[in-house]
Amino acid sequence: MAERKILLDSTLDSVEVAETEVLGAAREIGFHEDDLHQLGMAVRESMVNAVVHGNRYNARKKIHLSVTKAPDRLTIVIADEGDGFDPNSVPDPLDEGNLLRQSGRGLLLIRAFVDEFQVLPGQPRGTEVRMVKYLAKAS
Amino acid sequence: MSVKMSHRQVGDVTVVDASGRITLGEGASVFRDMIRDLAAKGNKKILVNLTEVSYIDSSGIGEMVSSFTTVTNHGGQLKLLGLTKRVKDLLQITKLYTVFEVFDDEPSAIRSFA
Repeated sequence: MAERKILLDSTLDSVEVAETEVLGAAREIGFHEDDLHQLGMAVRESMVNAVVHGNRYNARKKIHLSVTKAPDRLTIVIADEGDGFDPNSVPDPLDEGNLLRQSGRGLLLIRAFVDEFQVLPGQPRGTEVRMVKYLAKAS
Repeated sequence: MSVKMSHRQVGDVTVVDASGRITLGEGASVFRDMIRDLAAKGNKKILVNLTEVSYIDSSGIGEMVSSFTTVTNHGGQLKLLGLTKRVKDLLQITKLYTVFEVFDDEPSAIRSFA
C-alpha cells in the first residue's frame, strides 16, 4: 500500500491539484477512462465541499489529501478544518420538490461515482471524507 | 479549458453553443450570465447546445437548473441539445431528465418550439 499525503490551500486551484494527483495514481493502478472520469468528479465535488463549505476559503485553514494505492483499489481521504458537517442536513436532491434547487447535488454524485463513501467527523475538527474505488468493479 | 459560449438565431429560436467545461467558478458564471442576459432581452425560445461540453460538475448542473427557472419565469422555454453520454448520465443520476427536454439533433429541437 503506497500512501501519498498532500497539504492543500483552501482555494479552487487546490481542486485541480487534487484531481490531477488522484487521476495520476488511478492511471498507475490501471483504471480506465470512464472510471477516471468518475473518480475525478468525486474528488472534485469533495474538494469543492472542503474548500467552499468546510474551510470557507479561509487562508489559515488547510485541506488534507491522502491517496493510497493498492493493487485492486484507490482510497482517497479529503479532510478540511471547518466547523463540521452533517450530511443528513442536505435536502434529498431527488425529492420532486427539490429538483429545481440550484445546489445540493454534490454528495449524490460522489456516492454514484465511488464504491465506498463515508463522511466522518474530522480529528480534531472539520470533516473527513473517505472514498474507495475498486479496480475489480471497474467497467 | 473553461467554457466558451456564443449564440445564434435560427428562426425565432436562440441557439446557445457551449464548449469546454461548465464547472464552479468562471465556467458556471459565464453560462449563467449568458442565459440570464438572453432571457432579460426577451428571448423566449432558448436551445442550449452541449455537444462540445466535455465536463459538467454539480455547480454547472446547478446553473443549468437555475437558468431553466429563469427562462421559465420569463415565460420562455429552455431545452437541451447534443448531450454526451457522460452528461446524459448526470441528468439520469440527478433525475433532471424529468425537468429538461433533451434532443439529439438540432432540426428536431428547433421544430419542438413551434
